Amino acid sequence: TKGCVRHASLARIEKVLIANRGEIACRVMRTAKKMGVRSVAVYSDADRHSMHVAMADEAYHIGAAQSQQSYLCMEKVLEVAKKSSAQAVHPGYGFLSENTEFAELCKQEGIIFIGPPSSAIRDMGIKSTSKHIMSAAGVPIIEGYHGEDQSDKKLQAEAARIGYPVMIKAVRGGGGKGMRIAHSEAEFHEQLESARREARKSFNDDVMLVEKFVENPRHVEVQVFGDQHGNAVYLFERDCSVQRRHQKIIEEAPGPGISPEVRRKLGEAAVRAAKAVNYVGAGTVEFIMDSQHNFYFMEMNTRLQVEHPVSEMITGTDLVEWQLRVAAGEKIPLSQEDIVLRGHSFEARIYAEDPNNDFMPGAGHLQHLSNPQADEHTRIETGVRDGDEVSAHYDPMIAKLVVWGEDRPAALKKLRYCLRQYNIVGLNTNIDFLLNLSGHPEFEAGNVHTSFIPQHHDQLFPAAVPPTGEEACQAALGLLLRETKHTQDFVCQSEDLYSPFGTGNGSRINVLHCRNLTLQLGENKVAVAVTYNTDGTYSMEIGGQVFHVSGELQKEGGATYLRCWVNGVLSRPKLVIVDNTVHLFSMEGSAQVTVPLPKFLAGVGTTGAQGGAVAPMSGTIEKIFVKAGDTVQKGDPLVVMIAMKMEHTIRAPKAGVIKKVLFREGSQASRHAPLVEFEEVAEEAKSES
Amino acid sequence: MLMQALRPSVPFIRSRSALLRLYHADKVATLGSQADVQSPVYQVGRDESGGERARALHTSRGKLLPRERIDRLLDPGSPFLELSQLAAYELYGSEEVPAGGIITGIGRVSGVECVIAANDATVKGGTYYPVTVKKHLRAQEIAQQNHLPCIYLVDSGGANLPRQAEVFPDRDHFGRIFFNQARLSSQGIAQIAVVMGSCTAGGAYVPSMADESIIVRKQGTIFLAGPPLVKAATGEEVSAEDLGGADLHCRHSGVTDHYALDDLHALHLARKAVRNLNYRKKLDVTVEPPEAPLFPADEIYGIVGDNLKRNFDVKEVIARIVDGSKFDEFKALYGDTLVTGFARIFGYPVGIIGNNGVLFSESAKKATHFIELCCSRNIPLIFLQNITGFMVGKEYEAGGIAKDGAKMVTAVACANVPKITVIIGGSYGAGNYGMCGRAYSPRFLYMWPNARISVMGGEQAANVLATITKDQKARQGKEFTAEEEAAMKDPIIRRFEEEGSPYFSSARLWDDGIIDPADTRLVLGLSLSATLNAPTQKTRFGVFRM
Repeated sequence: TKGCVRHASLARIEKVLIANRGEIACRVMRTAKKMGVRSVAVYSDADRHSMHVAMADEAYHIGAAQSQQSYLCMEKVLEVAKKSSAQAVHPGYGFLSENTEFAELCKQEGIIFIGPPSSAIRDMGIKSTSKHIMSAAGVPIIEGYHGEDQSDKKLQAEAARIGYPVMIKAVRGGGGKGMRIAHSEAEFHEQLESARREARKSFNDDVMLVEKFVENPRHVEVQVFGDQHGNAVYLFERDCSVQRRHQKIIEEAPGPGISPEVRRKLGEAAVRAAKAVNYVGAGTVEFIMDSQHNFYFMEMNTRLQVEHPVSEMITGTDLVEWQLRVAAGEKIPLSQEDIVLRGHSFEARIYAEDPNNDFMPGAGHLQHLSNPQADEHTRIETGVRDGDEVSAHYDPMIAKLVVWGEDRPAALKKLRYCLRQYNIVGLNTNIDFLLNLSGHPEFEAGNVHTSFIPQHHDQLFPAAVPPTGEEACQAALGLLLRETKHTQDFVCQSEDLYSPFGTGNGSRINVLHCRNLTLQLGENKVAVAVTYNTDGTYSMEIGGQVFHVSGELQKEGGATYLRCWVNGVLSRPKLVIVDNTVHLFSMEGSAQVTVPLPKFLAGVGTTGAQGGAVAPMSGTIEKIFVKAGDTVQKGDPLVVMIAMKMEHTIRAPKAGVIKKVLFREGSQASRHAPLVEFEEVAEEAKSES
Repeated sequence: MLMQALRPSVPFIRSRSALLRLYHADKVATLGSQADVQSPVYQVGRDESGGERARALHTSRGKLLPRERIDRLLDPGSPFLELSQLAAYELYGSEEVPAGGIITGIGRVSGVECVIAANDATVKGGTYYPVTVKKHLRAQEIAQQNHLPCIYLVDSGGANLPRQAEVFPDRDHFGRIFFNQARLSSQGIAQIAVVMGSCTAGGAYVPSMADESIIVRKQGTIFLAGPPLVKAATGEEVSAEDLGGADLHCRHSGVTDHYALDDLHALHLARKAVRNLNYRKKLDVTVEPPEAPLFPADEIYGIVGDNLKRNFDVKEVIARIVDGSKFDEFKALYGDTLVTGFARIFGYPVGIIGNNGVLFSESAKKATHFIELCCSRNIPLIFLQNITGFMVGKEYEAGGIAKDGAKMVTAVACANVPKITVIIGGSYGAGNYGMCGRAYSPRFLYMWPNARISVMGGEQAANVLATITKDQKARQGKEFTAEEEAAMKDPIIRRFEEEGSPYFSSARLWDDGIIDPADTRLVLGLSLSATLNAPTQKTRFGVFRM
């Protein structure tokens, strides 16, 4: 019978090796656990204590931190697969997920590669091949003319075939030179001549190509799924238009403003594409879309993508489960008619990066990490925990925050609500940027496209606002209450449990205790005069304004909240004090208040090299330009570091004489490590209190 | 209205469920009654007690610099029991020497209760007036009696030269400071000096005699003779820094041990020095979780008032001082002009002796018995003094009141448990002795602003003198008119009034400070905590005349 046939083709997957790390490894393991499949992790030196290792049923060390020596090392991964008798390998995304050779090696070893056949990976990996296949399958592609016939007539005819608007571009061109856009046939000739003139002048060559021009395109992709029985379905589209550094940052499903008609067309085109290459498993067909919702094939990603959860959220599916079933030979669990779109979902990618510094990737220690409560409609996809390290060796993504709502506004509201509760201390993140982005009116309106960030740059990068007086009071209160807590902890260890000397209420005889704190609010050092009132409250004077402050610390779910009243207004920000910086996180935003270290401690504190040249992130010292005794001017290059696959030049923060270079070329420097030491300048006279 | 201005700071530590031997029968009846705040007596007492003068004095005491140093030295936010804030008040005529030019007190440094003495260089260059010496010596005495490490924040020009005769030669003069430093050190009581300004001549011995000393560069100097004196003596010209600065003393002479960049650094080093004392406070008494009194402390203002002729029930005061207003009275029905009983203050056990009228033979014998109990059980004694004296008259003399009073005085004098006295009303005559006046070396003695202290009341003294004069005149057959009598009595009354004032007393260090009555519980708690640093001493009483 039919059932027997199906059964016969079924492989047994009882143990799966996850050839990946971070959140995706954890994600796959969760589904594996749910299905009763044992999971095997592999890890590099850098990941010995990582979350995915802790979550796995078994874990194997596979080499050094560099991915070439670990996660990209096919032999080692396969060896672990054999040793652990895993029947299948899930490659996740990145690393070996789109590696034809690896897929083939798995096949040779009789291990199921959870992904498409190697031929599909190969075909889709080559741009020109993929375009041909798609074009043949009736999938719209970006048309162009790259021919040798450069006559005006031929070029114009090609432009007409491609359809306006078109881009006329010098083959040798670059930097926008020799490039024109013709919006209609009427202006084609004029634009062509203009482009040729410029190209001749700039490159001494006026060979032109003509291509379809898409203005401010959207990036829309369709989740498809194929099985070994020739079936393929689509799970609707995702919009991933908003990007920085050509990387996605926020994704949603379904695409905003896309009609059911276009949606169906997108889906069917994607299924055609998948079928054209006998696709098996999870895949993504990427299109660019113009403002009229015309779409053109770009490429197909033959893996489970980072942003797959938004598709899961709107279809109520578990794509990893589907992957495992399909890999085992089962049919796709749902037919196209059974896949129903419900609600709206967003994913925000939380990265260790500095949006204010061109999104420079970061790495380092997560001194504090707390996230919103996960529930049915909120997913926290992460591979790190409070106190973990974001390794410089790998992608700096900390987490994916995925939310679902009945409709787009509801989902967006939820996203912003949850982002406020995602609080990280220790390294720069893009959380505030994501809040600015998701709160932008044009984003709210669904007017997204790939140039969104440059177009709205000014609103997305508002000038930093220094903490308010109220926030300074909250920070000061946080510090005082922590002090009291320390005192109590000390007292609890002593024999003398109840001595009034052990209280932190600042009692004085016949006068009220007044204490001056200095806080760093943004650029400014601000004096806060704190008076300890006898009823346990405080009066805080900042710049002539007096605030009446009281409150207490509350512990909840591992996080500390500061329940406080400032001039009668109650608030409850999350309080994180790391070293000498107070971080306050509330629904209104976050604030940072630093206590400047006294001069005598400044030399030994963690921010010791304040104003000195420090490593912006962990990395390798590539080149050193200075030596002890050199005189440098402010801005002179001191050191070049390689980190996150990029070069960073560290420049002199001030003019001075180099006292000591603290690293050698080729050595590793961790984040915030001082790189060079300056001679002490005679500015000690201006002492500070 | 001192008391309104200086609201009390009573930390309300709510009682926790105690893991103690609490039986139903242990429940203690609480003391005190709700004050009728509407009553005129209460209102008068509240409004007129204390005085504007004291408040004005507090705000006009000049710079707070040495107190800021102390604040930075102490564990942040921890209490400071400052002593004798009104030292030298109106003592040197037109010369104002606020707080006697030196701030002293007890506070926790790195978790250790320490005596701190900080010179106030803003007052006459921090030079030692006679009362400065007395205050410094008193701080050392407190350190000695209670085994508290001493931290000297030195910033002083040494002895006040115009007053050298009152400062230098006698036993309890300047030299005694260094004598004490040596003796305290020998008793294992740490001596730490922080040189934050000049230490000239005799002053140079403070850091030199210290166990460990810290000096601030370009700020602290130590030398036996300053540059002017050196030039006069030898013609050598040298800067103060080269003669006795931090570099010299840390690198060459070894007079100081730690080199500080600034005040904050110096105080940080001092905190570290205390941390390295390897000291742990051991309690020889039981402690229980404290409870706030049931009644607000500031009701004391209305209950007591400032009219000493008006009697008040000392139990109402006790109710506003002790934990949970719980007081286990001893011999309640015997000799009831004296109240004795057990209570706790901030969890520490105390035996309280308070006056509810003149002392009779019974009251004195009851006090003697109670003091013996406390000494036998190692329970600190609190004396709440409001006493006009022992009962006079033929009947009482014949009853042996002198003998019974002597028993009480013997017991008080010999008791080695910590004794703390608060003068909450009058302190007259032998009552002062029996109730542990200054001469009986209580570990601490405080006064309320309404208190009066003198050998007898001004009017009584005036009457005594007037009677004697009248008798003399009568013997000479002269008349003593009412006008003459008034003219004679008035200055006496005025003088007693002035000299019996707590401000007069506190200025001369006859006490350890005037405290806000509403702060009494806190001050007693802090003082008790300090006293319990000293190991228990057995008491041996002298001969009781039976």
